[in-house]
Parts: sequence; C-alpha cells; structure tokens
Amino acid sequence: MVKLWKNNAVLWLFCAGIILFGIFTNFFLSPLMNDIFTNGCITLVMVLGLQLFMGNSGILNWSYMGFVAIGAFISGICSMPVNLKEQALPAMYPFLQQINLPFPVAVLVGIAVAVLFAGIISWPLMRLSDSAGVITQFALLIVMNVILLQWEQVTNGPRTFTMGAMKTTNLWIAMFAGIAVLIFVYFFRETTLGLKLRASREDRYATLACGINIVAVRYQSFLISAGLGALSGSLWSHYILSFTAKTFYMTEFFMILAMIIIGGSKTVTGVVSGCIIVTIVRKSLQQVEIGLQMTGMTEITLAIVMIVFLIWRPNGIFGVKEPQIFNNPSDFKIKEQYEKTN
Amino acid sequence: MNFNIILEFSINTLALGSLYALISLGLVFVFGIMQLVNFAYGEYIMFSGYLLYFLGVFTNLPWFLVFAISILGGAIIGFLSELVAFRPFRGRSLEALFVSSFAVSLILQNTAVLSVSPRSKAVDLPAIFNEAVQFGEITIPIRNLLTIAVTIILLVGLLVLMKKTPLGIAMRAASENFPAARLMGVPANLVISIAFIISGFLAGVVAIFWSARSGAVEPMMGQGPLLVGFIAVVIGGMYSLTGSVLGGFAYAVLANLLSMFLPNELLSFRDAFMFVIVITFLVIRPQGLIKGTYTEERVG
Repeated sequence: MVKLWKNNAVLWLFCAGIILFGIFTNFFLSPLMNDIFTNGCITLVMVLGLQLFMGNSGILNWSYMGFVAIGAFISGICSMPVNLKEQALPAMYPFLQQINLPFPVAVLVGIAVAVLFAGIISWPLMRLSDSAGVITQFALLIVMNVILLQWEQVTNGPRTFTMGAMKTTNLWIAMFAGIAVLIFVYFFRETTLGLKLRASREDRYATLACGINIVAVRYQSFLISAGLGALSGSLWSHYILSFTAKTFYMTEFFMILAMIIIGGSKTVTGVVSGCIIVTIVRKSLQQVEIGLQMTGMTEITLAIVMIVFLIWRPNGIFGVKEPQIFNNPSDFKIKEQYEKTN
Repeated sequence: MNFNIILEFSINTLALGSLYALISLGLVFVFGIMQLVNFAYGEYIMFSGYLLYFLGVFTNLPWFLVFAISILGGAIIGFLSELVAFRPFRGRSLEALFVSSFAVSLILQNTAVLSVSPRSKAVDLPAIFNEAVQFGEITIPIRNLLTIAVTIILLVGLLVLMKKTPLGIAMRAASENFPAARLMGVPANLVISIAFIISGFLAGVVAIFWSARSGAVEPMMGQGPLLVGFIAVVIGGMYSLTGSVLGGFAYAVLANLLSMFLPNELLSFRDAFMFVIVITFLVIRPQGLIKGTYTEERVG
C-alpha cells in the first residue's frame, strides 16, 4: 500500500490537484473558469485516450478523432428526448428517433458502438507501421469524417447537430471521468498488455522474436483507446450541445497532438502537463485573438512551439519515464542509458 | 454512348490524370528519399496559388512572369520548409517528421488566414484558361490541353534529369538506399534539398492549373490536392516515380467513373469510397501497382 503511494506519488498529486482545483473552481471562481476547467477535464480524457495507443505503440493514429465523433453522435442520439429529435433532426431514421436512454446508458452505448466499429475494421490496419500506417490512419479519419458529414439520417449531415438544453455533463462528471481515466491510463502502462505494446514501440523485431503477437497487442489497445475516445466524445457532446462532424477533425486533433508532443507522448505525467499547458495557452491566446481580430494565431503559435519541442526535446517535457518524487537511484541510470540510445 | 462522348470523356480524364500525376510526383519525390509523407505539400500549392493571386491582381507583370515567379515561390517554400522543419529530424523517428510536416502545414494555412483572409479570393488568369476549342462536335477547354502538354514536357524533362544527369543518378541512388548512397559520396543535404525544390516546383505548376479549375484561391485549397496525391501515390506505388504517375492517371479514371456511375445519393460519399480503396491497397498490396524499392514495413 505504501509502495503504491510512494512509487506513483506524482499520479496521486495530480489527482489531488485536479480535485482541489475543481472544488475551488466550482465554489469560488467565475463561470468562465468553470467552463475552462470542465472543458479541460473532457480534453484530458480525450488526450489520455490518444496517449494510451499512440504514446505506447508509437503509431500516429489520426483516426482517433473519428471514434471521438462516433461517441459524441451516438450518445447524443441515444439521450435526446423523442420529441426534440423529431423537431431538430427531421431527417433522422425513425427507429433512431424513437430511442431515448438515460445519460449513463447513452454514454455506454456510444462507447460500445465505437469499440465495435474499431473491432470490425482495425485488425488488418494494425499490421501496418511507419508511412503506410500513417497514411492508412489518415485515410480512415477521412473516410469516417466524410461518412459522418454526409449521412444526414444519422448525424444531420453537414448541418449542425443540436441537442437542445441538455447540458448533462457538468464539472463533477467531467472531473470524475478525467481522474478515473487518468488512473486507468497510468496503470495501463504497467499491465502486461501495456508492457508488450511499449516493447513493440521500442523494437518491433525484437518483440516479435520474443513471441509477442504485435498485431493482437496493438489491436486490443486500439479498441481500448477507441473506447476512451468515444467516452470523451460523449461527455463533450453533452457539454457543447451543438456540433457537426467537422468539430471532430484536424483542428481538434492538432490541439490534442500538441498536448501530447509538448508534454511528452511516452508518459502520462507528460500528457497531463501538456494538456494543462496547452489549455491555458490556447484559452489565453484565444482571448487575445478575439481582441486583435487575428484568427489563426493560436494555431500558428502552437505549431511553432510544437516544432521547437520536437527539435529540442523530442520526448517532451517529461521524457520517457514517469517522474518519481521518492527516487530509487537506479532509475536514473536506466533513464540516462535510455536517453543516450535515443 | 456514342464515340464523341467517349472521346470527350477520355480527353478530360487524361487532363485530370495529368494534373493528378504532377501532384503525386511532387509527393513521391520527397517520399522516395526521406520516407516522409509530407502533409505540408498541399500548402506549397496553396502558397503558389496566393502568389498567383497577389501578382495577378496587384501588379501589371506579364502573365508568363507571374507564372514563373509563383512556380519559383513554390520551389523556395519547399526548400525553406525542409531547412527549418525537416532537416533537424534527420536520422530521428519518422513520427517526429510526420508531426512536424503537419505543423508546417498548419502554420502555412493559418498564415494565409491571418495575413489575407479566411475567404476565397478570385485569381486573375489569362483568358486562354477559360476558352474552349471545337473539334467537330466535341468541345474541349484549352486549359485541359495545356495541362496535358505541360505534363508531357515536365515528365520528359524529369525523365532526362533522373536518367541522364549525375544529379538524377545520385537522387535515384539515394532513394534506393540512402546510407549506401552517402557512403558513395552522394551529398545528403544537397540531394534532399533538391528533392524538396523539385517537389515545390511541381506544386507551383499544379497551383496554376488547380486554381484555374476553380478560379479562386483559399487557405484550405491545398487539402484537395494533398488527398489526391495520397490516393494516387498509394495506388501507384510509393516507391517508384513511374508508379506515382500511373497512380495519378488511375485515380483520375476511377474518380471520373465513380462520378458517372455512383447513384446521386451516394455521390457525396465519393471521397469515402476513394479512401476505402486506399486502405484496401495498403493492407493487401502496400507496394502499389509498381513495386519500386519497396521493403516490408508491416508485422504479422
């Protein structure tokens, strides 16, 4: 028990920090801060889900945003009241219009559909690495985006999908989800599956030679990642309430990618810090942007920062190993050796 | 279907295919040497397009000079982006390169949004681009004939460059086996820079015909050609220049056939169909139609 606390002190500090800040925000700060915090927690779930696969396998999975979108749309469809759907989304299939589930069930359905879809299509894709893998993932994102953008019987097509005044996700739900996913993704690294996945990232052929079925390992992790993506999507859709398939596309993917790159894709600590930093920078730059009428400045700044980080600190702020507060001296040696070889 | 329609269809498809071939060639030149899928390639086209717009609307330069400058601009932006955003990653992981090229693409896109306007701007092109000629019963836009002619000239030029000059031979060697080519005295920086310059040059040429098709430029205009390039390159073969040209033509045929034969309600899903084909190709035949120097990249 003491070991669980001591070895993962950083994780527990993060959790405590988030909870304290959440309580503080809720009772003492303005609605704007409340909004930023809630959004931040939802983004945290999203970015952790991406890290779970991308950080541990080294595959840049563009298609992640597609699964976020599936979660958002499916859970939205499931939780909206029947009469609202008939009004706001007249083009929808009648059988979808008749569904009305409570919020938690709707979220679960959203996750289930995303995981099912990932399960059906992704097995052959997991065989590809490097350039072929990146183009496939990119292509998959575009396929999913085109379908979501055009299938008006389900997603209201290119028009906005509005969910009325059903702001179910609040600060507490977002915070709870953020912390739960944080703990889950943190310990996923150390599970058998997580270790195998990380091994496949470091050396594909050595991992194969150890008798590990890389495709299966990647496949299982990909499904988990897709599920977490859908979870964040459904929380998000119940918070922003009106969106199109375009909401879940390159711009948003770039934001969470920036978080992962700046913080460091290989550690959960890095990703969480990246999320915090980028959220703060993004929100403040957006205020400046509105003041100066300079759309696009946020993206330019973050993109430049990202390139600078890639050049000077390719493993992000926190490098390759979760930081320890109560250090075991041998850890330093491992870290040094690792950084020498990379 | 009568003969005239088929002829018209094939000439227009050939023109589209020529344009697509140029697009995918620009992508493959860089890919062959660096294995980099250059997400910023579309923005080279966008950049040249904006040069066309600025020079055409705000200056009185003769149009051949406008074209020359914007093509040169494409080459320069290609060269500079390599210098700033890709060279530092030499010998590092491919992921970093992909992310970096994505970041470059966003920087260029948003610079256009920030400095010009998020909305599209009409380009001023010589009248010849909007005229058409009559051959008996069929009408063909001169633009299409120009595309075909320019593509033939460029392909012949590149063929000579790659097969006959020391530089071309060095580049081919570098794309076959980069470390070995370096050991043989091929200067890595030079070869990679030239690859990016050629890529940017082709992007500049593409920009002229691409903006002539829509008559306007906008910050996101690079996305269309980039996707075309991806599809064509994957179908044709990522490791061979011939393959990428072939892929360009194959994509044009496929896209036009899909537009003709897909029922109306499915037409809006055309891009999805195209990318499903891409995914299928990558999974079943990752080397593309023409194999080139493909090496196994997958597990299982």
